[in-house]
Amino acid sequence: MVPLSWYLMLAAFLFSCGLYGALARRNAIAMLMGIELMLNAANINLVAFWRHGVGPMEDLTGQVFAVFIIGLAAAEAAVGLALIIAVYRERRTIDVEELDILAG
Amino acid sequence: MGDLGFIAPEIILLIGGLFVFCLDVAYDPGVGKKSGLSYMALSALFLSAALIAAVLQLDIEEPHVAFSMMTVDRFGSFIKVTIFSGMILTAIAGGRYINRRSGNQGEFWTFFLMVSLAMSIAVSANNLVLVYLAIEFLSITSYMLAGFLRENRRSNEAGLKYFLYGSIASAVMLYGISLLYGATGSLYLNDIAAAFAEIIGDAQEISGLAFAALPAMLLILAGLGFKASLAPFYQWAPDTYDGSPTPVATYLSTASKAAAFAVLARFFVVGMASFEVNWAPVLAAFSIITMTMGNLAALRQNNVKRMLAYSSVAQAGYILMGLVAVTSVSPSAMDGLNGVLLYLFAYLFTNVGAFLVVMALEEAVNSTDISAYQGLIKRAPWLAAMFTVFLLSLTGIPVTGGFFGKFYVFGAAIQRQYFWLAAIGMINAGIAAFYYLRVIQAMFFTQDDEAETLDVPMALQTSLLICTIATIWVGVYPSAVLDWVSDASVQLLTVVP
Repeated sequence: MVPLSWYLMLAAFLFSCGLYGALARRNAIAMLMGIELMLNAANINLVAFWRHGVGPMEDLTGQVFAVFIIGLAAAEAAVGLALIIAVYRERRTIDVEELDILAG
Repeated sequence: MGDLGFIAPEIILLIGGLFVFCLDVAYDPGVGKKSGLSYMALSALFLSAALIAAVLQLDIEEPHVAFSMMTVDRFGSFIKVTIFSGMILTAIAGGRYINRRSGNQGEFWTFFLMVSLAMSIAVSANNLVLVYLAIEFLSITSYMLAGFLRENRRSNEAGLKYFLYGSIASAVMLYGISLLYGATGSLYLNDIAAAFAEIIGDAQEISGLAFAALPAMLLILAGLGFKASLAPFYQWAPDTYDGSPTPVATYLSTASKAAAFAVLARFFVVGMASFEVNWAPVLAAFSIITMTMGNLAALRQNNVKRMLAYSSVAQAGYILMGLVAVTSVSPSAMDGLNGVLLYLFAYLFTNVGAFLVVMALEEAVNSTDISAYQGLIKRAPWLAAMFTVFLLSLTGIPVTGGFFGKFYVFGAAIQRQYFWLAAIGMINAGIAAFYYLRVIQAMFFTQDDEAETLDVPMALQTSLLICTIATIWVGVYPSAVLDWVSDASVQLLTVVP
């Protein structure tokens, strides 16, 4: 069996990539992609911890939580894209640096 | 089936939200005849029913675990009563505002009820899956409400900014939860606490993943701190409050914040009890940065709505001070948790009131700038008087609720020997007085030549009056609220293993 630490390292790497993407990119859709990566990093963690038996095996908490997160990520992406489209319609840009009506 | 009775407030709100939604889809009175006010009245009705259900649970004898993931106790019920009251007052006052600006009132009030449902679930949840889902439910609905006026550039910018900051914060929190699951093998707060107590007690044999506990705690704090607008996660707050529809800003700065603090309190006091020595100083640092940043930024605002946004960041810092000073060992009257609850109660009515005054001015003269408030005492004496009460309460002057809130959190900090924390809090309260009093000065002592009397809608006046009465009531006669508060915090603290 692949050791737990490999999964955790993969998840940590994915999380860091996602966080970097979400913080460094100026395109709102690219930020959304970074956020999705972060959510999936947590999914890998949950399933890996479950597989390596941190709790009793018949307790499916980790798996079930991961399924919830997949559904939730879809809902979040839908709302996020809707907001991005609303902004795009008004100003023809989705560059977050140009969202500067509210400042001070 | 017996459990259903215990989650009555949630069921009422769910039915209410779906009912308003279906009504909006099914019933079409013809173009231009749709009245958002009837939807508002329905929402207020369902919220009132939920409020009554929550009040009935205020004197529950023992904490009851419903459906294994919801703890119904006095703590949760008190916060629910607070939240629902704020939502009702906001709904009544905001009906006309939304009616004038949007054609989709049915959707707005559906989301409004759903947001109340999400907050209600969040404050009761005792399992991190449910905590996460409720917080996300609350967040996603709030993103939509903040950006609800689609054609308004300010509103959709506010919505998008809130969305981007918010989903980063909640993804960070989720990663923290996944680490916590790995460290303890459970997501129930009680089991997590028990697992940590075992690890701490048995220092020889620290289990493999216990070291993940502290990073996990910080990551979760980042997510919840975002909802409560703690520094350094508060940057979204001024922009979002400023740009979103004022009724939405009102609940985001009060009810949603109260829910976030309830979740924070339950997570740290119940789940992380073994690590109190670790989290108390971290929270103290957050508290200091939050109040200082909030107050310094508020000082240079000329827009009253934005000033109130920064002020609500600073208030979050004071509330957090109470959480630092929680004594899990021997609950006393001066306990930090009492301070948190009393502060939240007083703050909710005060800040809802303050935002409603902003809404009244926005309706009447379409401006939130401080110049619009000049000579308000001549143009609308009652409005000016009530705003003065709210501003004094936010400053923490005696005879208002804000005074007792501050008194109890500062008292708790001093009792736990956080003298420096209390001292910095006092200095901050002094700084805050400048910008609150500046508005009072504008209202009373500057003349506006083209002064005309303001027309304040009846519904808004009623809400404002209730807020004023509640603010003064807590300030003059706090013992009634204090009884509920201390029962609530004793019940939360005694479940600590």
